[in-house]
Amino acid sequence: MSEITTDETPVVRMVNITKHFPGVLANDQVDLTLHRGEVLALLGENGAGKSTLMNMLVGLYQADSGEIYVKGELADINSPQDSMALGIGMIHQEFMLVGNMSVAENIVLGMKDLPFVPPMAEIREKITELSKRYGLQVYPDKIIQDLSVGEQQRVEILKLLYRGADILILDEPTAVLTPGEARDLNEILKKMLAEGKSAIFITHKMDEVMEFSHTVQVLRRGKSVSVCPTKSIKRVQDLANMMVGRDVLFSLERGPYNPGEVKVEVKDLLALPVGGGKPVLDNISFSIRGGEIFGIAGVAGNGQQQLTEAITGLLKVNGGTIYLNGKDMTNKTPLQIIKTGVSHIPADRGRMGVVGDMSVGDNLSMKKYRTVELSAHNIIKRGLVRKFADRLIELFTIKTPNQDTSVKFLSGGNIQKTILAREIDSCGGILVAVYPSRGLDVGATEAVRQNLIKQRDKGCAVLLVSEELEELLMVADKIAVMFEGRIMDIIDAKDAKTEELGMLMAGVERRDI
Amino acid sequence: MKFRLEKRDYRSTRMAVLVPVVSLLVSFVLGAIVLLISDANPFQAYAAMIKGAFGSQTKLQYTLVKSIPLLLCGLAVGIAFRLKFWNIGAEGQYVGGVIGITWVMQFWTFLPTALLLPVGMVVGILFGALWGGIPGVLKAQWSVDETLTTLMMNYIIIGFAEYLYFNAWKAPRGNMGTVLYPKEAWLPRIWGRVHGGIFFALILVGLLWFVLYKTRWGFELNMIGKNKRAAECQGVSIKKNIILAMLLSGAIAGLAGVIDAAAVTHQLTKGVDAGYGFTGIIIAWMSGLNPFISIVVSVIMAALETGSDALQMTMKLPNAMGAVLQGLILIPLLAGNIFIEYRLLVIKTRKEVTA
Repeated sequence: MSEITTDETPVVRMVNITKHFPGVLANDQVDLTLHRGEVLALLGENGAGKSTLMNMLVGLYQADSGEIYVKGELADINSPQDSMALGIGMIHQEFMLVGNMSVAENIVLGMKDLPFVPPMAEIREKITELSKRYGLQVYPDKIIQDLSVGEQQRVEILKLLYRGADILILDEPTAVLTPGEARDLNEILKKMLAEGKSAIFITHKMDEVMEFSHTVQVLRRGKSVSVCPTKSIKRVQDLANMMVGRDVLFSLERGPYNPGEVKVEVKDLLALPVGGGKPVLDNISFSIRGGEIFGIAGVAGNGQQQLTEAITGLLKVNGGTIYLNGKDMTNKTPLQIIKTGVSHIPADRGRMGVVGDMSVGDNLSMKKYRTVELSAHNIIKRGLVRKFADRLIELFTIKTPNQDTSVKFLSGGNIQKTILAREIDSCGGILVAVYPSRGLDVGATEAVRQNLIKQRDKGCAVLLVSEELEELLMVADKIAVMFEGRIMDIIDAKDAKTEELGMLMAGVERRDI
Repeated sequence: MKFRLEKRDYRSTRMAVLVPVVSLLVSFVLGAIVLLISDANPFQAYAAMIKGAFGSQTKLQYTLVKSIPLLLCGLAVGIAFRLKFWNIGAEGQYVGGVIGITWVMQFWTFLPTALLLPVGMVVGILFGALWGGIPGVLKAQWSVDETLTTLMMNYIIIGFAEYLYFNAWKAPRGNMGTVLYPKEAWLPRIWGRVHGGIFFALILVGLLWFVLYKTRWGFELNMIGKNKRAAECQGVSIKKNIILAMLLSGAIAGLAGVIDAAAVTHQLTKGVDAGYGFTGIIIAWMSGLNPFISIVVSVIMAALETGSDALQMTMKLPNAMGAVLQGLILIPLLAGNIFIEYRLLVIKTRKEVTA
């Protein structure tokens, strides 16, 4: 990374920022300084106050107290328009794009000085010019919904550049990207820095911090606990400890590998897309024994999710068989499959895992409400539900004011713990976990992984889909690599090498490695 | 000074109560403007309406009689709305109920008179359930948009009802309307004009509350309404529940029609599509889908209707005023709901602070 000069006026200076939410002190007298050409990595667990701090910089929230100086001037930022006028732009985790409009239309959408009939030719030209300058390959006339996530992110970046932003805030920009796309993003960032632009990026990933940033700032429970040059950090472990405030287990406790009988058996599974075309699941066969974690590696979108949906009954398959706990459960309903003892931690927590508008207690009982444990004669026993929920909240250390709080008000990590608690508690021998630690901070990730291993040690068959090889190598006993709906190979985790898995993930055939 | 909305960290229960109440008041203010335009004194007009709705025993009875079908339609619509199934066809399901009971009363002469009422009620309820069930099946099986189907089904059945009371089932004398039901088969009155239907409505309120809040099925409906995909992942059948909920919703709307026909009109005739099904939508929204609160809301809605009849008589204003007010409630209510999850912030810009 290039050197930065710290003697000139900082482009952003946030001083003594404090922000309360009801019952929470989200930011407590936080200072932040960003220089020209600098990349500042903002690190912290979920709920540490990173997003809140950035949302105040872009005018989505107002600080209770404290001041923000932009390029030396006291700034009064009340809306994203205000921050944009100062050259500050943010790329949120969820993109703010209109799916059925073109790239060019999205880029100029909402710009105030746009004439009633936008000069599209001119706009297109300017976009092309910008995309060449920064190596951001996009086609102005493509429709957003036809673009990959990586391409959409490029559109978001272009949107900011088009409006003249020179301070970019990126909220976990690589969380949704493939390793290749993440490298491209890195190149783009470098070009922008070379032009004197600056960036703040929020992340959980330590290696990215080390690779991308000049300075690291760590927030913990709303307070800034450390600011230091990235170069001064000797071990990644130190960063993790700083974030969590205690030593983090990087190697997990696990019992010996002791496989039992086959609990999941998938044979020649075939699934075709609704409109026809290449199969999304192409002749998939494998089996999982009790006491075994079967990992599935692959870049997101290569059929992993469809595979887990086929096993849990959410997706009907066109061929092949699925045996679960010894019974043929091919194309059975989700309820029948749940009743054979399958638990599911779905890929999309908010959309599939919980009902955000219902309470923590209700969400915890969403599997067992139909059993005698929580109901009798079709009537739910509220008293039993309360005791049951309190027990799980304690057992899985779910941080919530109480069990009546709506789940949507919890942090991502605690939402995932709620799902984990429900699914593990009701598990009857088979656990399907899809990206269970995606977007979680170090502490919550550790809890998730340790719980998966605990299930394995108890004799459960665990299917773990993950996009992080590190996680699979640490947790799984066997690793299958999926590419374009096929299983490329199945490897014992103890013999697996990162490079080899990487090649298989990219679709290189076994014999060619 | 600027205003902006910020998301709350909790659902505000205070706002959940306040918004419907304030909406009602705002609608009266808006209504006052309409009244002023019509050259009427709003205070006098509202006084006349209140007097017209509650001013004497008879008037109170009229209001209560009107509130019974309104309450039932509100409950019917509310069940579907729990699933975010937008049943705007309660009107048609109501008419279905009236056709059902009329069919039994007029043509099932083989039945002993004592059985006409119970059998007629059951058949009417089934007709309502059928009329609600069809859009349910269409939605569950082929994802056909329910707002269109339920709305269109209204026109079909209202047209069919017209054919029946103008032609096929018309009483020999007069130019429209079926033969009056046998007097012995009428639903008896219990207090002045107030009839036994009020028991059905109140018992149903309790029953529905129990089913929706205490049973496994109620829990499943709640899950589906709030996150369909998550419910599916938990093994809840979306298709089955949409159909069941729509059968029940249609059945209750049908019951509303059955009761009003058996106790008030005693025949199928013009005016059978009195708009109860549509007003039920407002009732369901205003009550926050809570059966008990629906009771209060439906009495208010009924009072607006009976009150505006009085308006017509005493102040020579069109009785459409009641419908205007009913409609006006919905606008501030829908607009105000945002304050349950968001708070309004007043921001002083720096200039004002330093000045």
